[in-house]
Amino acid sequence: MADTAITVEGARKRYGNKNALDGLDLTVARGTVHGVLGPNGAGKTTLVRILSTLLRPDAGRVEVAGHDVVAEAYAVRLRIGLLGQHAALDEELGGRQNLEMFGRLHHLGARRARARADELLARFDLADTGRKPVTAYSGGMRRRLDLAASLITEPEVLFLDEPTTGLDPRGRAEVWDSVRSLVGAGTTVLLTTQYLEEADQLADRISVVDAGRVVADGTADELKAATGGDRVDVVLRDAGQLGAAVALLPLTGVRVDADRRLLSAPVTDRMAALSGVVRALEEAGIEAEDVALRRPTLDEVFLHLTDRTKEAA
Amino acid sequence: MSTSTLTPMTHALSDSWTMTRRELARWGRQPVAVVVNLVFPVMLLLMFGYLVGGGRGLSGDYVDYLVPGMLALTMAFGLEGTMIAVTRDLDKGVVDRFRSLPMANGAVLVGRSAADMLQSVLGLVVMIGVGYALGWRAHGGPGAFLGAVGLLLLFRFAMLWIGIFLALVAGKPELVQAVQILVWPVGFLSNAFATPDSMPGWLGTVVEWNPMSQTATAVRDLFGGPGGEAGHVWAAVAWPLALLAVFFPLAVARFGRLSR
Repeated sequence: MADTAITVEGARKRYGNKNALDGLDLTVARGTVHGVLGPNGAGKTTLVRILSTLLRPDAGRVEVAGHDVVAEAYAVRLRIGLLGQHAALDEELGGRQNLEMFGRLHHLGARRARARADELLARFDLADTGRKPVTAYSGGMRRRLDLAASLITEPEVLFLDEPTTGLDPRGRAEVWDSVRSLVGAGTTVLLTTQYLEEADQLADRISVVDAGRVVADGTADELKAATGGDRVDVVLRDAGQLGAAVALLPLTGVRVDADRRLLSAPVTDRMAALSGVVRALEEAGIEAEDVALRRPTLDEVFLHLTDRTKEAA
Repeated sequence: MSTSTLTPMTHALSDSWTMTRRELARWGRQPVAVVVNLVFPVMLLLMFGYLVGGGRGLSGDYVDYLVPGMLALTMAFGLEGTMIAVTRDLDKGVVDRFRSLPMANGAVLVGRSAADMLQSVLGLVVMIGVGYALGWRAHGGPGAFLGAVGLLLLFRFAMLWIGIFLALVAGKPELVQAVQILVWPVGFLSNAFATPDSMPGWLGTVVEWNPMSQTATAVRDLFGGPGGEAGHVWAAVAWPLALLAVFFPLAVARFGRLSR
């Protein structure tokens, strides 16, 4: 028990006749970053809202930091931080005023709340702008302040609901850096995202969620391995020869991307496939710019898994 | 239930005070918005006092009739401010953060009411000052004066909880605009500007039954001005209390339903 930060068993939540969560199971080990990956409407936000005591599940057992989110909501709230999809700040107030307010609401007392606000402003590189109203902040600064607000009491478990949605690449990098430094401090992080790259970059383990259930679970490498292994990519010089190449090459399940003059196919025997492709192209006199073996991207894993659940439904 | 379900009661007061201070800090950040809020009813008062006023067939001076009506109207319009503030917080997600904190659940609503009541007191002070400058006088003595202010604030308190409830139902600031439009007929289909007997029969009846008219009539009586009716105070107490008895529990329940 002690090494589990989050336990979800058969969580259900229904809105009208739509199941937002349809018997979701999830276990997150203490001190790890867990990515929850899924398309829009998969139930990611509903899951985070239940875990952070904002919503009650219709059924199922949900425990965070060893406490039940319904029966012991207060105990859970003492131990969590939440970064929602939208910056949960008082926009008219300054950065420091916001942090002080949240510190007082954590019952730190006026002096400690002030000291903590200063610490966090410095840590998130906001010390110079603490007086400015949040409305004057850039998107990345706002997100950093929001993150600082969720860390007032060094929570045991931190929930990040699509933390970088709507941020430019720079803002995204800023938030990623902050999350990485937190993990070093031993916080358990549950992160939802639509960006596969984000899950790949930050998460120790990933749960792929679709239609309110976990459809796959594992490390990024395990997920990639589970989806048919390696692929070979062939980029031709002349897009007009793509058709001929598909007919000719010793491959099955070929995908063609004409814009990029690219053929892509799953392979089982890496070296045999590679030499077979090169030989066949040479014999037919088709010029290739690039032939490469690679692991599948998480994008492919994701499409594969979510397509499969749609077929099953 | 386990002891860790609820926030300790000791936090309720300090959390409510923190939430009230948050609103006061917002005033400091946005003095212009505060001034605009205070000036709007003053403009209405000046408009009716100078453009429309006079020759209303009242026994006394129109300003003595108008000022108490405008004070009640200011309290009624406070409902809009409450609604805007509540929906803005809901929309920004800041209410979600509050609800995820180990703070007293009701403090969000208590802070809202305390801040809005303070703003209403400020609004009354300004309006009474302007009324005084226009020549309005309270003739009823200090006790009656304070009683009148109390009735106005009680009415505002009822409007406040209606505002919180409507905001929680509407949810989005865009929908508030639709509800705001309803405040105007309630405000103007009252005896704030004119006596009901000067209106067509059915309209006069509506106006007379309007809770805001009850407050205005009682306040006029306590100020010793025209249009007041002795013994009307009970109605000006009963109406807001009745509204509170309905909308306070509705608003609290609706706030609790955010977790559904």
